Amino acid sequence: MEQFHQTFFEESFEGLDAMESNLLELQSGNSDPEVINTIFRAAHSIKGGSATFGFNEVAKFTHVLETLLNEMREGQRAATPQAVNLLLESVDVLREMLTAVRGKQPIDTAQANATQQQLEILLDSAAAPVTSSSTLKASTSAAGWQIRFRPKPHLFMSGNDPLRILRELGQLGEMHIDVDYSALPGFNNFDTETSYLGWLLLLTTPRSKEEITEVFAWVEEDADLTIEPLAAQPLETVARQGGDRRVSDERRAAGVESTSIRVDISKVDMLINMVGELVINQNILQQIGEHFETNKLDLLQRALGDLARNTRELQESVMRIRMLPINVAFNRFPRLVHDVSQKLSKKIELKMSGEGTELDKTVLEKIVDPLVHLVRNSMDHGIETPEIRRTLGKPETGTLLLSACHKGGNIVIEISDDGAGLNKAKIVKKAVERGLIKATDHLSDDQIHELIFLPGFSTVEQVSDLSGRGVGMDVVRKNISSLGGSVEIRSESGKGSRFTIRLPLTLAIVDGQSAAVGNEFYIVPLVSIIVSTQVKSGQVSLVAGRGEVFHFRDEYLPVLRLHELFGAKPRDRDIHAGLLVIVEGDGKRAGLFVDELLGQQQVVIKSLETNYKRVEGVSGATILGDGAVALILDIPGLIRIAHQRQVA
Amino acid sequence: MAMKILAVDDSASMRQMVSFTLKGAGYDVEEAADGKQALDKAKGNKFNLVISDVNMPVMDGISFIKELRTLQDYKFTPILMLTTESTDGKKQEGKAAGATGWIIKPFNPDQLLATIKKVLG
Repeated sequence: MEQFHQTFFEESFEGLDAMESNLLELQSGNSDPEVINTIFRAAHSIKGGSATFGFNEVAKFTHVLETLLNEMREGQRAATPQAVNLLLESVDVLREMLTAVRGKQPIDTAQANATQQQLEILLDSAAAPVTSSSTLKASTSAAGWQIRFRPKPHLFMSGNDPLRILRELGQLGEMHIDVDYSALPGFNNFDTETSYLGWLLLLTTPRSKEEITEVFAWVEEDADLTIEPLAAQPLETVARQGGDRRVSDERRAAGVESTSIRVDISKVDMLINMVGELVINQNILQQIGEHFETNKLDLLQRALGDLARNTRELQESVMRIRMLPINVAFNRFPRLVHDVSQKLSKKIELKMSGEGTELDKTVLEKIVDPLVHLVRNSMDHGIETPEIRRTLGKPETGTLLLSACHKGGNIVIEISDDGAGLNKAKIVKKAVERGLIKATDHLSDDQIHELIFLPGFSTVEQVSDLSGRGVGMDVVRKNISSLGGSVEIRSESGKGSRFTIRLPLTLAIVDGQSAAVGNEFYIVPLVSIIVSTQVKSGQVSLVAGRGEVFHFRDEYLPVLRLHELFGAKPRDRDIHAGLLVIVEGDGKRAGLFVDELLGQQQVVIKSLETNYKRVEGVSGATILGDGAVALILDIPGLIRIAHQRQVA
Repeated sequence: MAMKILAVDDSASMRQMVSFTLKGAGYDVEEAADGKQALDKAKGNKFNLVISDVNMPVMDGISFIKELRTLQDYKFTPILMLTTESTDGKKQEGKAAGATGWIIKPFNPDQLLATIKKVLG
């Protein structure tokens, strides 16, 4: 049975997610019967599965839940906000129970019992009676039974067969059978689809009447049936078949997180198709190779071209398997917004778009925390209370928009609200207090907004229960940067703020531009390059306290000489001899000085941290076609280094 | 010829368990996730037995059984529904729709096989 547990857990957790989102639908007034039906079905499946697989506590709990849901489904009970809240709580309890069961940990029965009790109180509150099936019926026993059994003419229509029943009875003891064929019509009127026969059965058996009746359970309604004792005599209680309880060997393993992934069949099909083409290609190449003549060069080149295309497609297909819709991360937000807005007494409507946008499973898992933080921030600090909003002439209900889409090789996630926007005066005041800026500094709006990403910055005067648990925006930015992404903020006072997160689609492969510095190669992620240019005289100037700066589109960008940073020996130190690669990350720009640019290529990222140690300015390493190792540049990290130097 | 069974349930773990158990006992098993799918599969095949859950999306078990019974090929085919004790009314509803009988959840593989042996002989 253990082999089905994994599937059971996966579908149960999915079921719980479905219950949750549909309960929230219910709460927001959606009266589509399919909503409550879906909730019921999920609970029903969890109950059935948990009972089947022997998770009795879960089954017991879900049974009460299901009874309640059934009453709602049948329209006997209204889905009051209190009831829905209790159901949401039950979903949480179930989730914890299942997590515990999966990890072979003991279940927190106190919590479960408390919630179950509340459910039962709710159940009892209306007249709807709860039938208990566990009442034991008194069982009578006899030496045997005299059974009169006459199926109704339509018995066959339900797929039942009296023979099957007779056969089963025969296995219970010794049986004497008398057939009553008095109802048989003449041959001409005989209908092969009608049941005409009746039986008188004398069965000698120690089995109870209930057990005999059980045999007829499926046909009770479709037959005349009497069961009378043959010769009554008291019998010792018949040992009932104890429910065949299988003691599973309880391997006490530590809780294991699911490492499996559900993949759309079409993706696998595509993969198989691709491999098929690859095999054909390999055959072609082999044939060319077996008798190679120079006039086959054309063929060889074409086959190699196909091979390159196949490999790239195969790579894309494999990567696509790791892709999951961002909904996996988004689906927790309706509940979060529901709970938090209640707690804050704010009215917040959550709108989501682009839930189907796919991104790498690992990126997805790691982006959840930063997203939760940003959403909480918006609810906590952004959107105002209904009273304030009314006085400002805004609708009482604030809107929180969560969207995702693909742009170029990136996925862009936006979190925006129509709240108060960032309080610039407060930010500047705080930054001055913390010594992050001088009171005399004149900063642009964007520069002020950027301040909130600095380590140790927090404008929250009172640390609230929600945001501001000491985890600041700097951690959000750090987490996003570690995924190779960036986060930007746009905010307008009184109108709201918008956070824009850009993430690479995958962590495993990057489109890179290789650049040479002396004998070393570096990979610059293509997405962060704005332009590469040869420096003309006068474009780079030395500014006191800021080092070299490059005049680029009305901006002065700091210049970072890679050879200095990584201790390499450049071909030429003259800034006019090499190239300047203008890169952008986290909304800031800088120029990287390199000797020359080589080709563009896709590189597989190998972690430097796991194989060596973390190096500032480097996000990983890769192995080039000729076997050489190249470092992949961490652009946001490098830009930070460049700007820190400027400030210093 | 191995007996062919159609197992219908929206829960993948239930389906897997039923299917695995029956295959282990030498039956041919096809799976379907709802009544609509099941009906399509039933039309293209001749099953000796159909086991169906009651609560399913798209087309529930009762409607499925009703539809299936109207097909000439399934006039007398045993159809068992998977049901729980809490849904006692469903048994009668299922019978009225044409179900042969029922298997009460929860059940273990042995109980399932015993019931199916009774029906298929």
